[in-house]
Amino acid sequence: MTSKKYILGVFNDEDVLLNAIEKTRAAGTKIYDVFSPYPIHGIDDVLGIQRSRLPIVAFFCGLCGTSFALWMQIYMLGFDWPMIIGGKPHIALPSFIPVTFELTVLFAAFGMVITFFIISGLRPTLKVPVMDVRSTDDKYVMAIELKEGTDISKLNDLLRSNGAIEVNEKEVVK
Amino acid sequence: MQHVSPIREPLVTGGKTYADITEDVCRQVEAKPNVRWMMGLGVSLVLLGVFIYSVYRTLWFGIGEWGLNKTVGWAWDITNFVWWVGIGHAGTLISAILLLFRQKWRTSINRAAEAMTIFAVICAAMFPVLHMGRPWLAYWVLPLPNTFGSLWVNFNSPLLWDVFAISTYFSVSLVFWYIGLIPDFATIRDRATGPIARRAYAILSMNWTGSAKHWSRYETVSLILAGLATPLVLSVHTIVSMDFATSVIPGWHTTIFPPYFVAGAIFSGFAMVLTLMIITRKTFKLEDYITLEHVESMNKVITLTGSIVGVAYITEFFIAWYSGVEYEQYAFINRATGPYWWAYWSMMTCNVITPQLFWFRSIRRSLTATFIISIFVNIGMWFERFVIIVTSLHRDFLPSSWVMFSPTSIDVGIYVGTIGLFFTLFLLFAKFFPVVNMAEVKSILKSSSGVSHTLNPGASLHGTAPNNSHKHD
Repeated sequence: MTSKKYILGVFNDEDVLLNAIEKTRAAGTKIYDVFSPYPIHGIDDVLGIQRSRLPIVAFFCGLCGTSFALWMQIYMLGFDWPMIIGGKPHIALPSFIPVTFELTVLFAAFGMVITFFIISGLRPTLKVPVMDVRSTDDKYVMAIELKEGTDISKLNDLLRSNGAIEVNEKEVVK
Repeated sequence: MQHVSPIREPLVTGGKTYADITEDVCRQVEAKPNVRWMMGLGVSLVLLGVFIYSVYRTLWFGIGEWGLNKTVGWAWDITNFVWWVGIGHAGTLISAILLLFRQKWRTSINRAAEAMTIFAVICAAMFPVLHMGRPWLAYWVLPLPNTFGSLWVNFNSPLLWDVFAISTYFSVSLVFWYIGLIPDFATIRDRATGPIARRAYAILSMNWTGSAKHWSRYETVSLILAGLATPLVLSVHTIVSMDFATSVIPGWHTTIFPPYFVAGAIFSGFAMVLTLMIITRKTFKLEDYITLEHVESMNKVITLTGSIVGVAYITEFFIAWYSGVEYEQYAFINRATGPYWWAYWSMMTCNVITPQLFWFRSIRRSLTATFIISIFVNIGMWFERFVIIVTSLHRDFLPSSWVMFSPTSIDVGIYVGTIGLFFTLFLLFAKFFPVVNMAEVKSILKSSSGVSHTLNPGASLHGTAPNNSHKHD
């Protein structure tokens, strides 16, 4: 059982928040995470979040789907049990395109979404570690991890001077 | 960063704040069901009972319970299948294509429209499965080895393409819908007071906290899913149309079918979205989120796609004449003047003439007129499929095989029953799930609500609110 302490700066405007993130980072304070009720545009840049590589995952999963679909159809109708259907060649690629396309989309979508769930730790659970429940309603919460020897009052001043309406402390037991 | 045009009408009216959005959408999830909802569910359950009875008759006594005969081997079943699949297309169009086009008005209607897609596809799937006669062998459509008694499935057949297209479409739409629901489930979870609600929404919300990193990935996933769903939705109705277009039946064997079916699908789907949204906004008091601006935008899409469909009808006639093929020509003359003339002209009236009324702004912005026309479009699009399917089949190549088709009470029961199934699912969704995507509406609130939400504009570095420096005179 380890517990970590966080200082939570609560904001009620996204532009004030973005400004505060920039100021906080400029002051050399490391931000643990920011919680908001909706995606804020421009927050990635100020927080230094890198562009997600999930599109690459989607591309390669899609490629797997394409290859699997082509292999399946060519193997089944071309080699395992060749039959003449409508006088077409055994491996009639044009009529394999629809199924290939559908499986490409299926694999790409599911591969990307499953990866997204795994890397973000999204799974069904009863106890959700929410820092402040208002962050899924109408408040923006900036969490800063408290380490040994952090000056709490200085942090408090920094957050308040940049527009935080509240500054709270929160202990999370892992 | 973002320029807001001063002439655009606000998409969220009534001076709502972020908390108001949460409150307004969560209200019906948390409150006891109201009387109108209970009455609606009661009627839907009765129709669902009709569905179950008709399915029982079909399975117990066989397909002979339907009105099909040797000449018309496809009739109401496939008509209803295509009708329901088509209706589903609007949901994907709104959530995926409008996302790619950055249309902000999609945000308050996409949730319900996607739910409609999923329920419509469930209803659609009933028909081919029941038409199999022995639905417990439905897995034979999957590519299984021939130890099951058959050879491999035929990958040259559009009917098999349909299996892949519809199941991919259903599962990808379901995932897209669910991803969008996760942040809203988290909102409900954090407000929930009852022990069952708290646990249920905690599980549904999948550990969502609204972290900036998660939001960043969430947006990427949504965008890529939209990019995947866009060609997917176009492919689904294309493949459905190929069930007909790749055959050699006069009236079906036309290359215009794929685009014409896709336009028709979007047309009927938007009509169904309007029917549902006009009822939903009234029942759940969501007038500030689903505004006349939304209704007008959807009506514009209906006018466009309705006109495309109209052009397609005329083109078909022209090509039938121009082709010089007498069977093709007969098929089309027979549609308009033969024994099913009433179905043809119902289709023409409902699909081509009524939507043209939307050229008038007052009709486009009238809820009553929109509701009535949306019902007309739904009826017209049902007749379109009926006309294409039955009139092309009932005059067979040999005049001795010429017949008429008439549905039995079981045909009607299954069709009306799927409407019951659809509304049962939709009403349950509307009660227990947030009908408006709260997170997305919140994300457009600043730029599209008509009131400035910036608290201290002086401190704003990333201002999105319209201010004087952007004024156009």
